[in-house]
Amino acid sequence: MTDTIKSLSTHDKVLAGLGKRRRSERNFRVFGLMATAVGIIFLAVFFTTLVANGSSAFMQTFVVLEFEFSEDALAPSGQLDLEYADFDGLVRNAIRREFPEVTSRRDRRELSKIVSVGAAYHLRDLLRKDHSLLGSHIQLAVPTSSNVDMLMKDNISRTVDAAQRTLSDKQIAWVDELVASGKIHSKFNTALFTNGDSREPELAGIRGALVGSIYMLIVTIAISFPIGAAAAIYLEEFAPKNRWADLIEVNINNLAAVPSIVFGLLALAVFINWMGLPRSAPLVGGLALSLLTLPVIIIASRAAIKSVPPSIRDAALALGASRMQVVFHHVIPLALPGMLTGAIIGMSRALGESAPLLMIGMVAFIVDVPGSFTDPSTALPVQVYLWADSPERAFAERTSAAIIVLLVFLLLMNLSAVIMRKRIERKW
Amino acid sequence: MELITIILAIVALMLASFFAGRARSLRLVGGPRKILRLHSLPGYYGYFTALWCLLPASLLVMVWVYLEPRVIVALVMDGLPQAHQALSEGEVNLLLGNIINLATGDAISGNADAIMQAAAERFNQLTIDSRKILAVFAISVAALSAIVSWRRITPDFRARNRVEQIISAVLILASSIAILTTIGIVLSVLFEAIRFFREVSAIDFLFGLEWSPQTAIRSDQVGSSGSFGAVPLFTGTLLITAIAMIVAVPVGLMTAIYLSEYSSSRIRAVAKPLLEVLAGIPTVVYGFFAALTVAPAIRTMGESLGFAVASESALAAGLVMGIMIIPLVSSLSDDAINAVPSAMRDGALGLGSTLSETIKMVILPAALPGIVGGILLAVSRAIGETMIVVMAAGLAANLTANPFEAVTTVTVQIVTLLIGDQEFDSAKTLAAFALGLMLFVVTLALNVLGIQVVRKYREQYE
Repeated sequence: MTDTIKSLSTHDKVLAGLGKRRRSERNFRVFGLMATAVGIIFLAVFFTTLVANGSSAFMQTFVVLEFEFSEDALAPSGQLDLEYADFDGLVRNAIRREFPEVTSRRDRRELSKIVSVGAAYHLRDLLRKDHSLLGSHIQLAVPTSSNVDMLMKDNISRTVDAAQRTLSDKQIAWVDELVASGKIHSKFNTALFTNGDSREPELAGIRGALVGSIYMLIVTIAISFPIGAAAAIYLEEFAPKNRWADLIEVNINNLAAVPSIVFGLLALAVFINWMGLPRSAPLVGGLALSLLTLPVIIIASRAAIKSVPPSIRDAALALGASRMQVVFHHVIPLALPGMLTGAIIGMSRALGESAPLLMIGMVAFIVDVPGSFTDPSTALPVQVYLWADSPERAFAERTSAAIIVLLVFLLLMNLSAVIMRKRIERKW
Repeated sequence: MELITIILAIVALMLASFFAGRARSLRLVGGPRKILRLHSLPGYYGYFTALWCLLPASLLVMVWVYLEPRVIVALVMDGLPQAHQALSEGEVNLLLGNIINLATGDAISGNADAIMQAAAERFNQLTIDSRKILAVFAISVAALSAIVSWRRITPDFRARNRVEQIISAVLILASSIAILTTIGIVLSVLFEAIRFFREVSAIDFLFGLEWSPQTAIRSDQVGSSGSFGAVPLFTGTLLITAIAMIVAVPVGLMTAIYLSEYSSSRIRAVAKPLLEVLAGIPTVVYGFFAALTVAPAIRTMGESLGFAVASESALAAGLVMGIMIIPLVSSLSDDAINAVPSAMRDGALGLGSTLSETIKMVILPAALPGIVGGILLAVSRAIGETMIVVMAAGLAANLTANPFEAVTTVTVQIVTLLIGDQEFDSAKTLAAFALGLMLFVVTLALNVLGIQVVRKYREQYE
């Protein structure tokens, strides 16, 4: 035995181990491929579920009913008062007219639940715009309640036991009848983009959150870009290379890695408790987010300034420019595309951030679309968080839709950053 | 007078003084042809006057706007009858809120009596007066400082140096904002945390095993004495972080190795941007996915295998968090691997080792410090991550290492303690700041360490 081993040459030894080594090489390679696939498969699963859940929210079920703006119902005392007129009764009468055979109180109540409570507000707004409608009949498509909407989108199963459904057998039969007579159809869901938040899923929209986010981003960019750019210019071009500059450098790198929720605590303690700024306001949210994005912008701007070749500076200095003139007349114009790209990336991070906003009270239930920087408001990601918490099935669909809108915005921002970098980038 | 009008007026003055300063410098030397007699370019004289017009006035406006509400409130309260001034602090605040709402035309609680009406009118009058005074002051300060600086202009006046000094000061100020932010974080968190530790001992907080942060409204209430033992939160955070790391570190590292050593450039060109997309998805979206897709899936799977899984299990939150961190780990590992000099790689390959042997025995040991630094940063990211755990992990402070049970984390508790209207002097809200302090200190340590390791290592091979 020992003799055979001794007689093996190095070459034989290598050959003997080669099969095993090749196998391990192949395994390692496959393992690497699998690891790479994990992230990409997750991404695929994520986007498929998101689109599968959310795409239906962009359509909404409407029912066409004939409404009678009768003076008896709306102005019993002869005087029309839009705030107190019984528009709910108008809607109830309209749906009952479709089903004259339904007479019992209980059934009638169930019947009226087919139509959204928002229909009454819609009628009121119509009448407010055009008083001449009083006394006339109109055919109008109004949104159904979210349960009917879910039924039409097959999100409520008909086969499940009636007690476990949010719609009764009778209601389903009525809906089927309306479908058969062509009175129920689905249209693009404009309410999603024109309404503020609501407790009723079929009336809830992202407009308020979107406007709040836009206000916040305006504050964020207005504060963080000038300050970030100025800080980057100072650190890259003027700061003496001493311990103080080192400290600032470490500090900025560290700030970029501080958990975002800590910025929320800072905003709560400083901007709200100490400075007395209003809670839930886009102004405070924007201030918090600008502190959060400042390090991102500083780091990107420094990289952009660093990439401007020293020969440009030397040439300007040789022609007698002061250091400030070199920077402001030559370096910054060349570094600006890079700095702006950094700003856009910072903004896209700010747009997706929600944890610090929870701290400053931007999670309140707010129906109105904010009209100024100090109005109470939410933001798009916070709206996602709020809707994700709601138990109704219809809100899950809308959450996915809101996420799709959020991701589209992020995609557009990142895309514009990439395009800008590609188009204006200079190779020195 | 509206604030915006005052600001516009100052801006208009500023523009005027720019042209005035520039014109004066040219006139002093006798026209554009004699420009060489000036020390600086004419524009700098304009900038100099304009900056001096702007700065003092805007400082005044800022200070005024900050102090105004406080002074007006004090004046209104002084004007109230004696009986009202003897009220407790809470009642005074309520009264004040009502007066302000009355003045701005909002709804108020209770009925407005004559005294409140008078106070509200006084409030409105004072606001209008204050803005008028500010307008007069600010505009005259702007004009005065512009005239003074305008008169200082002579052909020898070193305008460019003065302007550059001001710009330089602005730049220094901007770069110190980063430092101020850190100081602000430390101070704001520290002060509230100290107030918390006055009520609850630090030992109980750091080593207590029970977390039920409620403060009693009545003293005889059940569970009136809230307990603030944060150990279950720390273990919960660590459990979720550990799960996330078990996912993210091997996957991220192998992804980096595969993409930098094995894959063709075509695959790399597709896979890298896709992984960057993963890094760009907002955390609230990951949270939604964890809570509504992953957690139910794990629950169904667990039940089919016959063991109980909480609907808000640590596993779901940890898994999704791990996926979120993959791009961070892979990009930092990628940097570390690429920093290994190719001579080392070529040497190993030249001696006949396979690529995987080269990676395992040469590249990874050489890149290890950089990779470890990256992992530290990833751990810090996982500990501080908020939205995923808020949405997918529970609120129950269980002291367990079982990933199928619900646990809670430091960040979840900070959010739950601070959401909703809270008074700022209860131990409950202050506890959030104590937790925030812990979070900040731990992540700071991890970040500083991680950044130092990564940086030092990068320099080693340069």
